Amino acid sequence: MNAPLSTRQLLPRIDHSHLDWLEEEAIFILRETAAAFERPALLFSGGKDSCVVLRLAEKAFKRRNGTDRFDGRLPFPLLHVDTGHNFPEVIEFRDRRVAEMGERLVVGHLDDSIARGTVRLADPLESRNGHQTVALLEAIETNRFDVLIGGARRDEEKARAKERIFSHRDSFGQWLPKEQRPELWTLFNTRIRPGEHMRAFPISNWTELDVWLYIERERIPLPSLYYSHARDVVRRKGLLVPVTPVTPVRPGESVERVDVRFRTVGDMTCTCPVESDAVDAAEVVAETLQVTISERGATRMDDRTSDSSMERRKKEGYF
Amino acid sequence: MSTTLAERTAAPRSLTPPPAALDRRALRFLTAGSVDDGKSTLIGRLLFDSRAILADQLDTLQARAGDAPIDLSLLTDGLEAEREQGITIDVAYRYFATRQRKFIIADAPGHEQYTRNMVTAAAGSDAAVVLVDITKLDLRTRPVALLPQTRRHTLLAQLLRVPGIVFAINKLDAVDDPAAAYAAVREALEAFAAQAALEVAGIVPVSALRGDNVTRPLDVAWYRGPSLLQLLESLPAAGEQVSGALSLPVQYVARQGTSGAATAADSGTGDQRRTIWGRIASGRVTPGDAIEVFPSGERAVVAEVLLAGAAVDDAAAGQSVGVVLDRQLDVSRGDWITTAGSTRPTQRFEATLAWLDTEPAVVGRRYQVRHGNRWVQARIAAIESRLDIRTLESTDTDSLAVNEIGRVVIETQQPLPLAPYAANRVAGALIVVDPASHRTSGALLVGD
Repeated sequence: MNAPLSTRQLLPRIDHSHLDWLEEEAIFILRETAAAFERPALLFSGGKDSCVVLRLAEKAFKRRNGTDRFDGRLPFPLLHVDTGHNFPEVIEFRDRRVAEMGERLVVGHLDDSIARGTVRLADPLESRNGHQTVALLEAIETNRFDVLIGGARRDEEKARAKERIFSHRDSFGQWLPKEQRPELWTLFNTRIRPGEHMRAFPISNWTELDVWLYIERERIPLPSLYYSHARDVVRRKGLLVPVTPVTPVRPGESVERVDVRFRTVGDMTCTCPVESDAVDAAEVVAETLQVTISERGATRMDDRTSDSSMERRKKEGYF
Repeated sequence: MSTTLAERTAAPRSLTPPPAALDRRALRFLTAGSVDDGKSTLIGRLLFDSRAILADQLDTLQARAGDAPIDLSLLTDGLEAEREQGITIDVAYRYFATRQRKFIIADAPGHEQYTRNMVTAAAGSDAAVVLVDITKLDLRTRPVALLPQTRRHTLLAQLLRVPGIVFAINKLDAVDDPAAAYAAVREALEAFAAQAALEVAGIVPVSALRGDNVTRPLDVAWYRGPSLLQLLESLPAAGEQVSGALSLPVQYVARQGTSGAATAADSGTGDQRRTIWGRIASGRVTPGDAIEVFPSGERAVVAEVLLAGAAVDDAAAGQSVGVVLDRQLDVSRGDWITTAGSTRPTQRFEATLAWLDTEPAVVGRRYQVRHGNRWVQARIAAIESRLDIRTLESTDTDSLAVNEIGRVVIETQQPLPLAPYAANRVAGALIVVDPASHRTSGALLVGD
């Protein structure tokens, strides 16, 4: 995109006081989670949504010391399900941030599930995104977590638009959309039976734009691949597919070096970047205001399979 | 005939306040309507015109539509079962923003069996858009008889005290004389509003299908009011009760450890400083305030007030604060921090009960109820009447089934500091949970 318009030019009258309201709501949900459950964990992948949730958790539970520093420790550990196919710069970022903040990180490895035989790959290079569910549920069981805090947003996908803020999972980790509990006011029904668990979504009501506005306002650190950088890609079915060891070039394809950034970051086998010159959060905000393709449509190979692919994965216990 | 009617509706009062008065907070509104009222199309239209629908989502619709016009309703029917049946099953949340404001739509399905979703959507909303399908009404009779679901949706929104109720008269494109049709339906809605003592924020004619007067104002002699979107941009978000006594339900108690780490501590005292967190239900809190803890009755003075991890001089209703007291008291989740002498605890009260569970309400059975952050055992001592939400009349009954609303007497195992729901949404609302299934079975609104 050439010379992006500034946020100010695009949204001249928005004063972003709605961000304060979204922040208040998210902090309320985080404290509710810590208070109502015995063993929470916060899903932290290094992705932008989980970075936002992490900052909100710092605000909810720690003491601010200067602009970007907080004293104290969160009342729960962080949890990451590592598919073994993550971008190396994201894993590096994850470990650096965890060390800087002095938090505890629990990692569930998909490779361990493969070694145990609970996950069988049909093809060594197939997308591991769907298989994450098994490793996630195993991590829940091993650590006896009773609630997972996630960064899912209702604007991401149609099936997510119906997700509760506190979303019940049965003892198989399954989501039963027709059995969802009505959620009235902020009187959350957090009751579960042993073996069941809950998912808590503090940023349910945020949009992609809200997330970027907040990252800009709070100066939240993100992995470098969220901003413009030169990368080898191939063009495949309208997507820019990054060239990596697990997504090699196919016969007949030609590699191009393009200035790109990632809008979502997940498993390498299913996440694609978009062309972009945006070097910081303010420029991403400006681009977000002008985009014409939805976040998942532009970047996720797995959600293009069918209109219902997200719903099917969610029912099986996906994030 | 049409000229006379057009004149009568020529100049509805302007509903748009001056720009300085605009509320910039996000507006949460619910949309209520029955199958085929065009509700999904209306939402699709709002999202489409405000560019919340993006090209790839449109491509999916285009592919499905083939040569036919794009069906905007497909944008909102998210679950597989819904697409199969062509209906909406569950409350869905949608987001869009204009240059003025962020909007959150709680899309409540309109079938009779899913009234509980309407209650769910209404509980957190600042406004309600009730769709009236003009093609389903007999326009030859006077007054025009409204559909039962229009009355039902409106009265549910009123019962839950949704502040801004808006009627959107839809499918104006499908009638021969829109001016006359709009005037006649408007008259019927005004009569209904007067009968129900309902404050109406606006009655807006629209064609969701064509987009008329949804985001783009109408240019006709018979309607000079705002478009639906202009009206929504002007509505205030629900206000907080900032004046009066402090009422703060304790959500979470954190102990400041020696390293400064906050750890959960629901009971026990000790010599560590404790921060009491909660969202203020009413009033304000400032260091130096004298407070009382419910139910212990112990008193203390506020030493420090925190907001998102930083000390502040003052905080008000709607904000989640941390309160540090000047002495160690035994305070836990579920307690209340209040202005001394301001609570009137009770164990027996009258309430309106909206029943949401397929298992009917059972008098005498023990349920779990949640009030503020406290769970207590409770039983329905008596079901006094059922509200017929078509006629507004009460009928004697001793049972309540799913989607029914009644007047009940509740007894709780411990006293609760209740307030009428009309006065305070936090202190006046409870949920009823079935202890066996853990389903949220009912919503209680404390009576006056």
